[in-house]
Amino acid sequence: MSEETPAPSVPYAASDDPLERVRAMIRFTPQAKAIGLEVTRIEPARVWGRVPYRPDLIGDPESGVIAGGVITTFLDTICGTAAVAAMEHPTTVATIDLRIDYMRAAEPGRDVLAEAHCYKLGRSIAFVRAVAYEDTSDNPIAHVACAFMINSSEGRKMYANMRKKKS
Amino acid sequence: MSETPQARVAAALERIPYARFLGLRAELKGDELTLVMPFSDHLVGNPLLPALHGGVVGALMEVTALTQLAIASKSERFPKTIDIGIDYLRSGKPIDTFARARVVKIGRRVANVQAEAWQGEKNQPIATLHGHFMTPEGEESAAS
Repeated sequence: MSEETPAPSVPYAASDDPLERVRAMIRFTPQAKAIGLEVTRIEPARVWGRVPYRPDLIGDPESGVIAGGVITTFLDTICGTAAVAAMEHPTTVATIDLRIDYMRAAEPGRDVLAEAHCYKLGRSIAFVRAVAYEDTSDNPIAHVACAFMINSSEGRKMYANMRKKKS
Repeated sequence: MSETPQARVAAALERIPYARFLGLRAELKGDELTLVMPFSDHLVGNPLLPALHGGVVGALMEVTALTQLAIASKSERFPKTIDIGIDYLRSGKPIDTFARARVVKIGRRVANVQAEAWQGEKNQPIATLHGHFMTPEGEESAAS
């Protein structure tokens, strides 16, 4: 119908190495880069990552504890990558909903680690859970459960959100 | 003590490094608070559309909920988050985002708060949040 350029295939589908693929996906995400998120390990449907402690990400200046929002962004991103890591043919995902339970505050001055597992990959929906911690997952800071829409960019043009018309 | 609530809230937000990282600004009318997150390139999660990262939209709503609850409970300190649930309704466009929160109930130990984020039109929210937060009193009893 239109002459507009369709969205190019996702750049993180380019590499054959799964770890390199998700790392490219992170490099491609400005906000993930902004919080210093790194992916450290990957297996099919499972991803491990880290967000280094940084003073500008503090949510409580009195205690120096990292902001909940950083954990939200971290867990949302790593769960999305776990969904992609579960796919034979990587595509885009969009968060439908997520629920985070906070067991305790993160320890000030320490990096936050997390591991995510896509425990069900359907045709249109992926279900993922993850835990955040400093040392091991049996002493969690937070737990998240989320649902993702698969192939979320299908039918959407590149720069679709730049247009005046409502989507 | 002569400070207006507006000034107190703005000052409290100003002291939070992460609120500055997001670029948050507070607007207070009476006891109703609107937080503004002006668009910035580092908030993007999907550069192809481009769309805001869901994490920062969630963070905006959580900070709004915490701040509105601090105002409602007349506390100088921000409450602690117990849990939050976030529903994403539309992708966040590369424009300014607003959020408001409603304190549904303040219990003895736990408060229930709902929040909404929107861009162009308030009746077309891009995301909603509901959360449970520990009241200052609840924290004291948990500590003892």
